[in-house]
Amino acid sequence: MGIFDFLRKGPQNTASLAKNRLTILIQEERDRSGRGAPDYLPLLRRELLEVIRKFVNVDANAVDVKTHKDGDHDVLELSIALPDKPSPAAANG
Amino acid sequence: MTENIVVTSGKGGVGKTTTSASIAVGLAKRGKKVAVIDFDVGLRNLDLIMGCERRVVYDFVNVIHNECGLKQALIKDKRYETLFVLAASQTRDKDALTQDGVQRVLDELAAEEFDYVVCDSPAGIEKGAFLAMYFADRAIVVVNPEVSSVRDSDRILGLLSSKTKRAEAGAGKVQEHLLLTRYNPTRVAAGDMMSIDDVEEILGIKVVGVIPESEGVLAASNSGVPVILDESSNAGLAYEDAVARLLGEERTMRFIEAPKKGFFQRVFGA
Repeated sequence: MGIFDFLRKGPQNTASLAKNRLTILIQEERDRSGRGAPDYLPLLRRELLEVIRKFVNVDANAVDVKTHKDGDHDVLELSIALPDKPSPAAANG
Repeated sequence: MTENIVVTSGKGGVGKTTTSASIAVGLAKRGKKVAVIDFDVGLRNLDLIMGCERRVVYDFVNVIHNECGLKQALIKDKRYETLFVLAASQTRDKDALTQDGVQRVLDELAAEEFDYVVCDSPAGIEKGAFLAMYFADRAIVVVNPEVSSVRDSDRILGLLSSKTKRAEAGAGKVQEHLLLTRYNPTRVAAGDMMSIDDVEEILGIKVVGVIPESEGVLAASNSGVPVILDESSNAGLAYEDAVARLLGEERTMRFIEAPKKGFFQRVFGA
């Protein structure tokens, strides 16, 4: 810091601005791509699908499994889309 | 065991080729048998940085298309006899590389008992970049302390954890290293540039080296001598440290503090 620095004030501390923008953006991009999620999720999803299909004839992509952070704990979120008219798959053979 | 190391970044112009050349030389200097491959088909540049541009007869694509043998295409370095360069083709397009072809070349290098194969990735996330990282055991992600570079390296880290042979086979993660280049401690101290801590925190991995912004890098590429061989340059010494860390040595980070200002600078500003 020189005594004449006040003569050439530029935008202050753009580095912290960069850091804040990136922190938010990268978190969003990671969430969207499902990165950082536990690696058992695909298997869990597949097995859940198998179990559900014993009772209801659902689509291959009817089961959605994801994790997200809520405050300081992780939430495992399952969403299962049922068909409009549930038909017992097992009974149909 | 041959270890495949990809040098990648997503963004262009951050120092991938400079890094590939210096890491390869640094490993060879320690007696390792090293091949460094330019995956940037169409835009060959590694040969220039390595200083062997006049000796390219056959290239990587020639080998993949069986137009020559691997040994004919490997250019032996004039400084280290365990170091070889495989140049990219200038005339073909990026589709000239195939996954099977790359696999075959890497297998052949492994059979020749190379210790390390350094794969210099092209920028972007297309085929060349994908093939450069696909067979990697380790990845050096080159990043500048700048928003677009940091964002792109996060994308690359995502691809490394999903689109590699190791990831697909469930054979353990590709070992990821972050290499921060063009670091300017004076600008960091002034709050104009993100710090090492900032970048590590955003990306969630530690840096394996910090290469200061240095005139030595341009001088090195001008003369075709990888900057790691310039012991008068801080960038060269920082690459030397990075290679040591890659091999498991502990080294404290150098050149990461702003130089102390003298009396006149303190009073009148820089």
